[in-house]
Amino acid sequence: MARRPGSIAALFVLSLIAVPIGAVIWTAGGIAGLNAADWAAFRFTVWQALVSAALSVGLAIPVARALARRRFRGRSALITLLGAPFVLPVIVAVMGLLAIFGRSGLVNTVIGVLGLPPMTIYGPQGVILAHVFFNLPLAVRMLLHGWLAIPAERFRVAAQLGQPVGRLLEKSMLRRTVPGVLAVVFLVCTTSFAVALILGGGPRATTLELAIYQAVRFDFDLGGAATLALVQLGICVLAMAALLLTDVPDALGAGLDRTVDRWDGSTVRDAAVLGLAAMFLLLPLLAILQSGLTGLERMPVSVYAAAGRSVLVALASMTLCMGLAIAIVTHGRTWPRIVATLPLSLTALVLGTGLFIVVFPMLRPSSVALPVTALMNALFALPFAVRILSAARDDAEAQFGRLADGLALKGWARMRLLILPRIRRPLGFAAGLAAALSMGDLGVITLFASGGQETLPLAMFRLMAAYQTEAAAGAAVLLVALSLGVFWLFDRGGRVGAGT
Amino acid sequence: MKITFSVIAGLLATSAVAQDNVLTVYTYDSFVTEWGPGPVVEAAFEETCDCDLRFEGAGDGAALLSRLQLEGPRTEADIVLGLDTNLTAAARETGLFAKHGISPDLDLPVDWTDDHFLPFDWGYFAFVGNAGDPAPDSLRELAASDLSIVIQDPRSSTPGLGLLMWIKTAYGEEAGTLWQDLSDNILTVTPGWSEAYGLFLEGESDAVLSYTTSPAYHLIAEEDESKVAWAFEEGHYMQVEVAGKVAGTDVPDLADRFLAFMLAEEFQSAIPTTNWMYPAVVPEGGLPDGFETLIEPARALLLSPEEAAAKRDAALEEWRAALAQ
Repeated sequence: MARRPGSIAALFVLSLIAVPIGAVIWTAGGIAGLNAADWAAFRFTVWQALVSAALSVGLAIPVARALARRRFRGRSALITLLGAPFVLPVIVAVMGLLAIFGRSGLVNTVIGVLGLPPMTIYGPQGVILAHVFFNLPLAVRMLLHGWLAIPAERFRVAAQLGQPVGRLLEKSMLRRTVPGVLAVVFLVCTTSFAVALILGGGPRATTLELAIYQAVRFDFDLGGAATLALVQLGICVLAMAALLLTDVPDALGAGLDRTVDRWDGSTVRDAAVLGLAAMFLLLPLLAILQSGLTGLERMPVSVYAAAGRSVLVALASMTLCMGLAIAIVTHGRTWPRIVATLPLSLTALVLGTGLFIVVFPMLRPSSVALPVTALMNALFALPFAVRILSAARDDAEAQFGRLADGLALKGWARMRLLILPRIRRPLGFAAGLAAALSMGDLGVITLFASGGQETLPLAMFRLMAAYQTEAAAGAAVLLVALSLGVFWLFDRGGRVGAGT
Repeated sequence: MKITFSVIAGLLATSAVAQDNVLTVYTYDSFVTEWGPGPVVEAAFEETCDCDLRFEGAGDGAALLSRLQLEGPRTEADIVLGLDTNLTAAARETGLFAKHGISPDLDLPVDWTDDHFLPFDWGYFAFVGNAGDPAPDSLRELAASDLSIVIQDPRSSTPGLGLLMWIKTAYGEEAGTLWQDLSDNILTVTPGWSEAYGLFLEGESDAVLSYTTSPAYHLIAEEDESKVAWAFEEGHYMQVEVAGKVAGTDVPDLADRFLAFMLAEEFQSAIPTTNWMYPAVVPEGGLPDGFETLIEPARALLLSPEEAAAKRDAALEEWRAALAQ
């Protein structure tokens, strides 16, 4: 099997990480030690990420199961909408959450009418609530792929034998899928910054990411920033090592991709689970839409130009990301996949600073703001794409690889006839996710962009900074619509005719 | 392919910059947006200078300085506009700035003696609340009340650092105690001004750390009289925003002309209703209608750049210790 493209892709990714961080360390003249405040930040970061990941995945299991075994009108739309929180820019999502759970939010209004004491979102509970809000949808989608990958034939066998589906099929699927999802969500939560600070209620909720921000912006301590960035990467490597230890192969045979008509489980309970999840995830989204609709007409024209730029960046970023991801997953070995996971723990500020150091002697940084943004966004979406595609590609190889070998299917033919058709559904999802993540990203662009190159999230943020709250809320609505739009487009493309 | 193309485009753009009548001004983002002073200033200066004035926005004041430190002597900037006195000590230490050589006639509540940096506007930090709500008369009274406030993190935000210095200047040794008393009033801490102000406007808190001039925005731009700044007996800490000439500039004369222009009528008259701060030199026609409604602090507090830099780390530790409990 062709390994070279995968190796090249992985080395490319590795150099995109190593060169900027190396440049930062080189400029700083070395790395620094960690002080007491950094250790406190480390402990808080890991603790909140563990709790957030456990809760997100724990809650995602019943939701994904309900989605997997029920067919109803609007199911497809619901699946798309449930993905929204994950691709929202942080500040938009926080405002949406506060409209529901904040001091003057919906929940407290209802509680007040009932005469009960108000609840507060500010504190560790708020950080975890927000992280569950962001990551529950991701966990649901990744688990759902696990469910859909169980061949219908196995359900048939289980039914004939009168065996419980849960113990026979779902448990072993979850045993295979959950550790990976846990690891991804855990790592996403370790790089949280604004959410942790705003909802955590102050310096108690200082994360490593904030410590990095402080080191770069406040102290101009590049050595300290590089050290903290390496600590984050270390966490990622450890998490991936732990994941490898839990890896178990799927021992049962393949299926013929029939749709499953499930007979087990309580419909009422599934409906309740889906209803609650939809309320939790969609009410904040509705609040964002409702508060932003009046602002749409107050948006300056420049916002639309920014939106156009964001769409282009998102498409470029998605294309690059999917190319890298496909090359890396078809490599088959583990090391390229671990490399592809590293960006999960990368901080845009250190990476952007490093790139700035590399680019500045050669080019005016603002002249490459958009290409750099597309490149970085592809890098940041890569871990998700690789994670999503890996299982599907490995299943295809495990189940049909020998057949393909027998037919001497190699290279592009094998890709076209075996792999791509088998991974179509996760491919669409991964492409949608990559495009939408890029659309909502407000990372390296802030370091590179000057006047004429702002993306939509940056335009929105600049509106907020200029007292233009209503116009900013309008831009948020446009952003949500575009993010969901590209996500739906690709995700839908992957599911056409897939019977789901 | 797209990237290659952009790289080539970038190379072309870089070579086009190397002209001797281009003045590059690094400033913070909100200065260059269409609501900021940038567009007005650019048009007015270009009318007189026979040059191309280019603003390059780079985050906020702190990001501006770290950007300059990253670029070092090779920077394209001729002028850096938008640092404040909490940053000027560090900025001077970089050795990247030249003396301005101007003896300005300024309308500032404090004396100005800095020979590297010139102020272009200033304001007082203040808590902004809703008209008609109870308004405390002092930081101490606020700390004793059960009013809720949102503040910015001094590690990532200019106003956040301003409050740190405010309390340190007003309370000295007792600053830590005041922070402890305030801790139950602080609903939360945000990374920057925008998030905090957004939370306040959404009704999450009774007040937000901002400027005495913030109500002027609501009054003048939105005809909304519902926002007021709380006047505190201890006095209010000032933010003075400055600009400096980069020592390695290839257009020193143009840079000097810009600094002089910065204190002249056209630049200064744009400040109140675009940057929503007080102009460093009050324009001939006075301040815009509405500014007379703003509170005028009895005492203006401001540490010298050297004091501010010296006290920062200890004050930050006090803050963190008090709020982490």
